[in-house]
Amino acid sequence: AIVWDEYLTGPFGLIAQYSLLKEHEVEKMFTLKPGRLPQADVKNIIFFVRPKLELMDIITDNVLREDRGRSPQRDFHILFVPRRSLLCEQWLKEQGVLGSFIHREQYSLDLIPFDGDLLSMESESAFKECYLESDQTSLYHAAKGLMTLQALYGTIPQIFGKGECARHVANMMIRMKREFPGSQNSIFPVFDTLLLLDRNVDLLTPLATQLTYEGLIDEIYGIQNTYVKLPPEKFAPKKQGEGGKDLPTEPKKLQLNSAEELYAEIRDKNFNAVGSVLSKKAKIISAAFEERHHAKTVGEIKQFVSQLPHMQAARSSLANHTSIAELIKDITTSEDFFDNLTVEQEFMSGIDTDKVNNYIEDCIAQKHPLIKILRLVCLQSVCNSGLKQKVLDHYKREILQTYGYEHILTLNNLEKAGLLKPQTSGRNNYPTIRKTLRLWMDDVNEQNPNDISYVYSGYAPLSVRLAQLLARPGWRSIEEVLKMLPGPHFEERQQLPTGLQKKRQHGENRVTLVFFLGGVTYAEIAALRFLSQMEDGGTEYVIATTKLINGTSWIKSLMERLEPAPF
Amino acid sequence: MSRARADEEEYWHSSKFRAFTFDDEDDELSQLKESKRAVNSLRDIVDDDDDDDLERVSWSGEPVGSISWSIKETASSSSSSLEGRDSSLQKGSSSYAAFPKQVSSYSLSNLFKGRNKLPSFQSLSDALSDTGIKNYAPELRRPKAEYKDYSSDWSPKDTVRRMQRGKVCSLERFRSLQDKLVLLDEAVAGHDGNVITAVLIFLKRTLRREILFRELEVRQVALCHLIHFLKETGEQKFLLDLLRFLDRTEEVALSQYREHLNIQDVEKRREFLKVCIGLPFSAEDTSHIQDHYTLLERQIIIETNDRHLETAGQSEIFRKYPRKASILNMPLVTTLFYSCFYHYTEAEGTFSSPTNLKKTFKIPDKQYVLTALAARAKLRAWDDVDALFTTKNWLGYTKKKAPIGFHRVVEILQRNNAPVQVLQEYVRLVEDVETRLNLATKYKCHDVVIETYRDLKDRIQLTAYKCKVERGSAEEEKINSILNN
Repeated sequence: AIVWDEYLTGPFGLIAQYSLLKEHEVEKMFTLKPGRLPQADVKNIIFFVRPKLELMDIITDNVLREDRGRSPQRDFHILFVPRRSLLCEQWLKEQGVLGSFIHREQYSLDLIPFDGDLLSMESESAFKECYLESDQTSLYHAAKGLMTLQALYGTIPQIFGKGECARHVANMMIRMKREFPGSQNSIFPVFDTLLLLDRNVDLLTPLATQLTYEGLIDEIYGIQNTYVKLPPEKFAPKKQGEGGKDLPTEPKKLQLNSAEELYAEIRDKNFNAVGSVLSKKAKIISAAFEERHHAKTVGEIKQFVSQLPHMQAARSSLANHTSIAELIKDITTSEDFFDNLTVEQEFMSGIDTDKVNNYIEDCIAQKHPLIKILRLVCLQSVCNSGLKQKVLDHYKREILQTYGYEHILTLNNLEKAGLLKPQTSGRNNYPTIRKTLRLWMDDVNEQNPNDISYVYSGYAPLSVRLAQLLARPGWRSIEEVLKMLPGPHFEERQQLPTGLQKKRQHGENRVTLVFFLGGVTYAEIAALRFLSQMEDGGTEYVIATTKLINGTSWIKSLMERLEPAPF
Repeated sequence: MSRARADEEEYWHSSKFRAFTFDDEDDELSQLKESKRAVNSLRDIVDDDDDDDLERVSWSGEPVGSISWSIKETASSSSSSLEGRDSSLQKGSSSYAAFPKQVSSYSLSNLFKGRNKLPSFQSLSDALSDTGIKNYAPELRRPKAEYKDYSSDWSPKDTVRRMQRGKVCSLERFRSLQDKLVLLDEAVAGHDGNVITAVLIFLKRTLRREILFRELEVRQVALCHLIHFLKETGEQKFLLDLLRFLDRTEEVALSQYREHLNIQDVEKRREFLKVCIGLPFSAEDTSHIQDHYTLLERQIIIETNDRHLETAGQSEIFRKYPRKASILNMPLVTTLFYSCFYHYTEAEGTFSSPTNLKKTFKIPDKQYVLTALAARAKLRAWDDVDALFTTKNWLGYTKKKAPIGFHRVVEILQRNNAPVQVLQEYVRLVEDVETRLNLATKYKCHDVVIETYRDLKDRIQLTAYKCKVERGSAEEEKINSILNN
């Protein structure tokens, strides 16, 4: 039997279904929780866990409560994902249970495929570890993952990077390669370029509300390992005679990925362009079903019938996305969403970033969720290269008075991460960065975009702009701005044996792997996919990251875990 | 377990998501409506009773075959029959969620399918591992002894490398300080936090504190790892000693202050916070911590009094509006609201009076007025609301003034279901004409609308507004008389 750390079931579900495990003689599976292990007629118990101390305590509890007298006695094993932790083993030893485990191994799961062009390590605390605690273990894992990737897809000849963490990862890769010359392989390289980007080079983008279809689904409902849970009301089956008497109460769970034709088409569009696609699709499907009236001969009928399954799949997919779009529309048309967006856009275009904002004050007064407040205040701080001391103090005071003084710990974390800080240099660099990188576009086309700024309806994500400018005309043109952004920028080359050097056909696309250290948002992914599809783009992008994030999950990962108030 | 899960999901459903209503008249939504209609009409054409979802979904909403699904399945059937197991097996194998189709021409998914099937595949760990040890699913059970490595001639570098590969090495033979430091430096150079921490645990056990601290001071990376490790394992005292040694005073202060969250008893918590005031915070933070302490002190006094009052049943306000929760550990603004609700008329001298709170904590006017307004409006004490905005100038004339803008006042009053007579008094005070008109129309303050149009001399709008008021009402008469002048 396998006992799962519940967090791991999501990512593992993407690579191995239960049926596969069953084939390998996994009898039963349980989730890890304190207390006695469930009864099961099995010999071996394997714990699949992340190396976390609190999980070790649960395992200890499990093992200690195991009935010693039972026969046959069960054997325990532990599998750490992604890496064995000596700290955890030490912990188990102190609890006196380490000896109970016959095997202690690791399952080196670094990068998990989320889609055809997307890999994630799903390491939720990577940003916090790197930037708050200076713990570079997740970078080590990232480098390992990249080495595995190179073992599969060939050595990547060019490495570019921006930021401290990017520098570290590149160094580790070079070091690993040097130390293990055996890793030299003879695979023709798939990737031409690797671009390593630190999340703290672009703190702005995740704070803004994503406006693509997929981005909004994530902002509002949260996508977990490609699954989303939605309120069920809109998905009630509307069949005749039932009159909606039994509304489903369980949230509707849907998988979202590019295997679904319709979703692949609309996921990266600006939400304002989704409605028209859906209605067009509806017409096409209606027309397709109408075809049956014209089918006269047996052959024609047969052909129609053979298409039915596909048409039905398309129809149910359309039904789902129409319902989701309705749910989202209810929110995006609300007054508060509009006000919030207006303020965000003002900040990003550089308006009134140096004084206390009325809307933020109002939200605090009305006790809107703290995370929303923090997102806005941080956004303002980033768009102003730090807040004036007086403004910062004002916000701090209001937040502490309204939400509780203990949040001083969270504010302190945000300050350490550079998200919320006083303006120290006395100079605001953001306008220069904005203008040089064309981060704000006034004439944005949401329906037929011609620039990546469509993903935020005006704001072009800084991170993706850096990738775009790297491809053409190259970073030399923006040296000045790169110096204003934190961390070093660099270029490394990895020698390839002559036989493997690519001779590029004319018009053939280059392939760049962009690795976001510290997380990436769906809107940024959409922007990179948009660049891949540009006819004269010349570059295709594959994306890797430590974690898929949005502003809310990101800020949450930086908040101090506060014990519930004792009542 | 599955029961607990269901409860949790129900909770999610009931609290987080509210039902949305779909506005039929909204033109912007017509496209969505259209496709919805089309979809629904199609159901008649293909009338199949089976659900036509793309993937099979079990009752719990999990896709069949997913890991989390089968865990539930196993859990619910584990104690009972064989039958349950069979069916789960059957269902489990009946579907296999499709892998995402590739948008890009390069598939990354085969990265994780069985490695033996791909002869060309050579993973890093396979290629590098000198013993051929498998990373997962070992076939044979090996004697425990094999895991221990008693060989003692590994260099620090080799030791670190072996540990990176997940093997247990004995560190005991690194005896001299020199050796230990070389080992640490090697570990740091490898960037693997796991190994660094392991070495640190060893050093922490075998070195004197002063020496460890001194050496770490010049090794920042290792230092960060030790701090992280100490936080994780909760070795607060050791951590504070270290931070103090490093002179990172603010961190000491914050770290110590964090401790208060673990103290459940309010009296003890108050005592603890009192000590925190003296910690070396930044000037700004010190004042916040001071406030935190004062607030809790205040709350304890108020709580004791009010609980007494409530149980005695003498006080009308507590009888009429019993308290929902204790005020202990609530934020300042919540406390202010509470005090405006239950103790509004008290003299400034008492600890529970709003004015006293305002003074003690230097609550800005704006915040104070907003909170007081919300509390008094909730009690429908309209006279108090009126008094809140009335100021007398030196000639004795009264004047209405609001530090928050009257449109906000109107919103708050409206949310508390204030009657139209009360509402319109404040709508009238909204300065911006357009906002005033909007609010007045929205909340049906007819008099204000009429007067505003009169002042604007807008006959057309005024005539148009006639159909919004009741026929034969005083308002209609008013409109008519204005129009006739």
